[in-house]
Amino acid sequence: MGISLTRAAQWTMVSSSTAKLVSTPMNESLLKEILHFVEHFRSQYPQEAEHVFEEPLQWSTTLVASDFKTDYDISDSDVQSHERDSEGHPLLQLSPPTVYVRSFSQLSKLLHLAHDKKLAEVRACLEENREPLVKILGRSFASDLVIEAHDDAVSVVDRTKEEGLSKDLEVKVKLFQLFQDMDKQILDTLLKDISEQVRLNPKAVKNEVEILQVFCGGGDKGLLKSLRYTSDFEFSNGYRAPLWRQVQGDICYLVIEPCDTETLHITCSTAGIFLNGGIKQEGEENGYEQTSDTYEDLVTLLKSRSPHFAEKINQQDSAVQELSTKKEKTVNEQLQLELHTTRRNIYEPRPSGILSTCGKTEENKGHKSSEEEKKSLRQGAKSKIKAEFSASSSPGHMSSQKRKTEENKTLKSSEDEHKNLRQRAKSKTKAELSASSSPGHVSSQKLKTSAGALPGEPFSESSTESEEEEEQPYRHPETNTDLPSEYWQIQKLVKYLKDGDQIVTVHTLCAMMDFNLMQESCQMAIQDTGGLKVLLNLLDTDEHKCKIGSLKILRTISHNSQIRRVIVDMRGVQSIVKILDSPVKELKALAAETIANVAKFRRARRNVRLYGGINKLVKLLDCLPNLASLTPSQEEDIEVACCGALALWSCSRSTKNKKAIRKAGGIPLLGRLLKSPLQKMLIPVVGTLQECASEESYRTDIQTLGMIKDLVRNLSSDNDELQMHCASAIFKCAEDKQTRDLVRKYKGLQPLVSLLHKADNKQLLAAATGAIWKCSISQENVTKFQEYKALEILVSLLTDQPEEVLVNVVGALGEFAQIPANKAAIREFGGIKPLVKLLTSPNQALLVNVTKAVGACATNKDNMVIIDQLDGIRLVWSLLKNPSADVQSSAAWALCACTENAEDAGETARSLIGGFQLIVKLLSSTNNEVLASICAAICKIAKDEENLAILTDFGVVPSLAKLTNTTDDRLRHHLADAIAQCCMWGSNRASFGEAGAVAPLVRYLKSKEGSVQRSTAMALYQLSRNPNNCITMHEKEVVQPLIHMMGSDDEELQEAAAGCVRSIRLLYMANRNAELFTFRN
Amino acid sequence: MSKISAMNKRTTQTLAENISKQVEHFSKKEVECLIREFNVLMAEQNNSGRAVHGLDRGKFISTLHSIFGLTDDRMTGRVFRTFDKDNDSVVSMKEWIDGLSVFLRGTLDEKIKYCFTVYDLNGDNAISREEMLHMLKGRLIRQPNEEDPDEGIKDLVEIILKKMDYDHDGKLSFEDFEKAVKDENLLLEAFGTCLPDFRRIEMFEGRVFQEQMEQ
Repeated sequence: MGISLTRAAQWTMVSSSTAKLVSTPMNESLLKEILHFVEHFRSQYPQEAEHVFEEPLQWSTTLVASDFKTDYDISDSDVQSHERDSEGHPLLQLSPPTVYVRSFSQLSKLLHLAHDKKLAEVRACLEENREPLVKILGRSFASDLVIEAHDDAVSVVDRTKEEGLSKDLEVKVKLFQLFQDMDKQILDTLLKDISEQVRLNPKAVKNEVEILQVFCGGGDKGLLKSLRYTSDFEFSNGYRAPLWRQVQGDICYLVIEPCDTETLHITCSTAGIFLNGGIKQEGEENGYEQTSDTYEDLVTLLKSRSPHFAEKINQQDSAVQELSTKKEKTVNEQLQLELHTTRRNIYEPRPSGILSTCGKTEENKGHKSSEEEKKSLRQGAKSKIKAEFSASSSPGHMSSQKRKTEENKTLKSSEDEHKNLRQRAKSKTKAELSASSSPGHVSSQKLKTSAGALPGEPFSESSTESEEEEEQPYRHPETNTDLPSEYWQIQKLVKYLKDGDQIVTVHTLCAMMDFNLMQESCQMAIQDTGGLKVLLNLLDTDEHKCKIGSLKILRTISHNSQIRRVIVDMRGVQSIVKILDSPVKELKALAAETIANVAKFRRARRNVRLYGGINKLVKLLDCLPNLASLTPSQEEDIEVACCGALALWSCSRSTKNKKAIRKAGGIPLLGRLLKSPLQKMLIPVVGTLQECASEESYRTDIQTLGMIKDLVRNLSSDNDELQMHCASAIFKCAEDKQTRDLVRKYKGLQPLVSLLHKADNKQLLAAATGAIWKCSISQENVTKFQEYKALEILVSLLTDQPEEVLVNVVGALGEFAQIPANKAAIREFGGIKPLVKLLTSPNQALLVNVTKAVGACATNKDNMVIIDQLDGIRLVWSLLKNPSADVQSSAAWALCACTENAEDAGETARSLIGGFQLIVKLLSSTNNEVLASICAAICKIAKDEENLAILTDFGVVPSLAKLTNTTDDRLRHHLADAIAQCCMWGSNRASFGEAGAVAPLVRYLKSKEGSVQRSTAMALYQLSRNPNNCITMHEKEVVQPLIHMMGSDDEELQEAAAGCVRSIRLLYMANRNAELFTFRN
Repeated sequence: MSKISAMNKRTTQTLAENISKQVEHFSKKEVECLIREFNVLMAEQNNSGRAVHGLDRGKFISTLHSIFGLTDDRMTGRVFRTFDKDNDSVVSMKEWIDGLSVFLRGTLDEKIKYCFTVYDLNGDNAISREEMLHMLKGRLIRQPNEEDPDEGIKDLVEIILKKMDYDHDGKLSFEDFEKAVKDENLLLEAFGTCLPDFRRIEMFEGRVFQEQMEQ
């Protein structure tokens, strides 16, 4: 009972006598356990129950005299029990409101009498008797036993016997044993409870805070006005609460200003999230009390407190989703967090023997296997709590520990060293306490057993984050055998790094730079010997020389993907980003360069953004790049800007970062740097631009800010990489017509063509051909390209090129072939054969372009002969089977051209087994472009009567009729064409009418699109040859729009409209004649 | 009284004009400010009746300490020696301004020369093992299990020699030192901080030059 009370119970701010038990679920269950114990004490241990306490337990009760029954002397409001001790004092005495109880039997009875107020009684008793053991057993005995608690309790009994002490003492010992057993039992059950709850961890809290911070501000639109931590200082374990509160499980304190209610002061603790008494600054002692229910996360708490927030967050669906996925991850992350800390501890060499215990337990914790994830999670939670319990010993003890360790430590008094010390001191204290004597007895024992019970497998890699494929799992530190000599040298340097002052540190860093840091063994040696952590710690010091040295090493070793990851895990990104604000330019440049290397994977890039790195990096770009003469300071500025651009280039691979760069005003600055004459500046700048040009907004800005001119200029640079990025930027931007025109205006087409000669550099070739493709969408550009003999070169690139080049080359040829003269030219240069050959490629992007090019070429009769010879029609047709809708439609369009221009296309089509079925089947596609292209193809194929007959057999009529309800004008146009063509066979006209195709077609006449009107008029004309259709048309008031169309300039349209009206008129006349005839008769 | 101060002013100006011709990096106006600053320091110095023509060791070192943030005793003594070119145990006005020109505005070459002089304890134009050992002593925390207290430092000196002693004669000549520093600027203050950091320089220049110019 003693331990569970002092350790487990959560007391309100302790000012000794007036302390209250906080009403948490944990305390609630603790009370119940104790109640249960006491209630049944009398029946289970009758002998011990009679033991008279040394001092009475006294508390103010809610019971009154009338509650007591027989066995008690009642006089007025006072009550005395019949049971008395040897000296005749009553064992229970009530003088309201205080009650004095002196034995367990009386306690049990009293609780029995209290009925539903039992719990309140126990609570009051415990609150007013903070040391029940002392009162029950007597001070000397209790303290004696506590000291002896190490020993087997039996030996204590033996000892007491030997010393010939009274029987009374034996009972006391027995009692003490009982208490201890109960203690264990209670702690056990509590632990079980707690470990089953989802416990919060600093990482989860931090994530949630970060997400909410994104939605702060912005007036009424934001979720909250503001959200901040009370303390900016973050311990390396992720906690922000002061140490003495961490022990209670507090992670951090937040101050949140909602839009509609007063400011909320919130405590995030491992047990949950609740409002506190208003902690504004660290160190105020009165604010820590819990003043609300406990919530499992911030959002839930805020929802219940701020109606505005609740409303907004429901609107912000996406945000909520993000939050919820985050929460799902919590469990996983908790495990990871543990693993991370474990790793860090392993990597951190321990200076002295004190830590060995700690190391052992921590390492044991590390032996978790992924298969046992769940189990180990619980285990983790458990041992965490235990650590909490055991660490909660007297504050005095702890601080003395700290002092000791600090004395052991160095002269180095930089802020970060302090941080380290405190961290170390903490873990040391924890470890020592849990392994130490009496107070932590129970828990330490358990810690050992639970750790020992874990399976002894080495921890497996599969528990590492699966979020990114590019992140490699951690490599094990190598065993001591076969390590290279550099390893030992680096290990020694790392030791000096830790122990030396600033001067020594600089020497050590310089010595370290002399190693080949690009070599993996050296990189790993730095990591494995704990050097990486020291290097990162140096970044938080004030010594800029140390920072420079550290960054010089970091920027090199961060070429290694594992090191990058560890840097991010150790929160290195924060430190590096912070240095971007330094007044020392060299430092800024180095920091940016390091970021450029580290931000090669998503999580790192995200970190850079979240810690405000994008804004800072964009600021670095601010320099005057193209002055004729530069002062040394301006030259430094340019160097800094270069590194900034490099970093932004890396960062720009994430979409959100692209937006952030734009928001920070990066585009105009990049535009300015684009005028620089320096290649080392231009490459990252253009690299960033071309990376970002995947965003529409960037393309617009690149064009409107006049960057096309500079991009074109640099196409003629002598650096392949720069040329490539420029071409690639143009490739992405030239989707826009104005950009294409600008490229021509600035004479960019010729350099693009000349880049085609660099056939060895495939990346460059891909970018250049891509730019040519997009530029050739404008016919004026094609004409220009012709002047530079681009076509011939492009055709020559149709063979033996990688796919990314082929896609662009063929795409360009497709555009070139829109001009009739080029179709012949392609044939003359021998381009048809390789094109047809490419129809068998598996690459869908390529197939879309190839079919387009083949289709364009096929409109030339001579080309078509060759295509036919090469079996091109069959190949195109079979592409209709391709799963990609783009390929399907593109192939269908090509099929139109082929069918139209081939000599005996009808027969070829019939020779293809399953071809017609395939076409009819594609009419049930959901893609309008596919449907339109297939309709167009049907229109061409059905010109052959035999083919139409076959199509009809396969049910083309109902399939087409089903599509008539569409509102897509392009589809309507081709659909009407197809229907008109299909009317030419058998009873198809009637079938269309029966299938209900007529009425929707009439509606097409309202379309503004000329092509739709024309095709529809033709279709209606064909359909009107069936009287029933005429009736339907007439009912749908077709005549008036048709008469209107008869006034059109388009002769075919006139004719069709007139023909249709004529049919209707004829029917009417016939009908009338018939009527008259009948009438006459 | 005003006559005297006017005369003082004129003397200062002529003095400044003379000195600014001999010293790099400072304008005449700035030299004037430095002279004033020197005079202020002289006035603060307790001369106990003796006529002294410069800052004595104690005052100079305390100035380094308070104004330039140089606190390493081993170094401040050497800095005094380096400032005091004529070895008369006081830093004269000319020496003060001369020294400050390197201190505040020195080029890399000047700083290399200055630092080398500071580190060359016995003035034999080389930094020997012993000198390094002396300057680095105590900069590494001694591990309890090591018998020789200077074991780590000795090892470090070897590492330094390996890096900086290009001609392998077991000591650092000026050429060695210059080459090493040019190769890696971080090695400029290799054996102890003897130059003020840039924040201190900014503060000092801001205070001395701007304030006095406003007058």
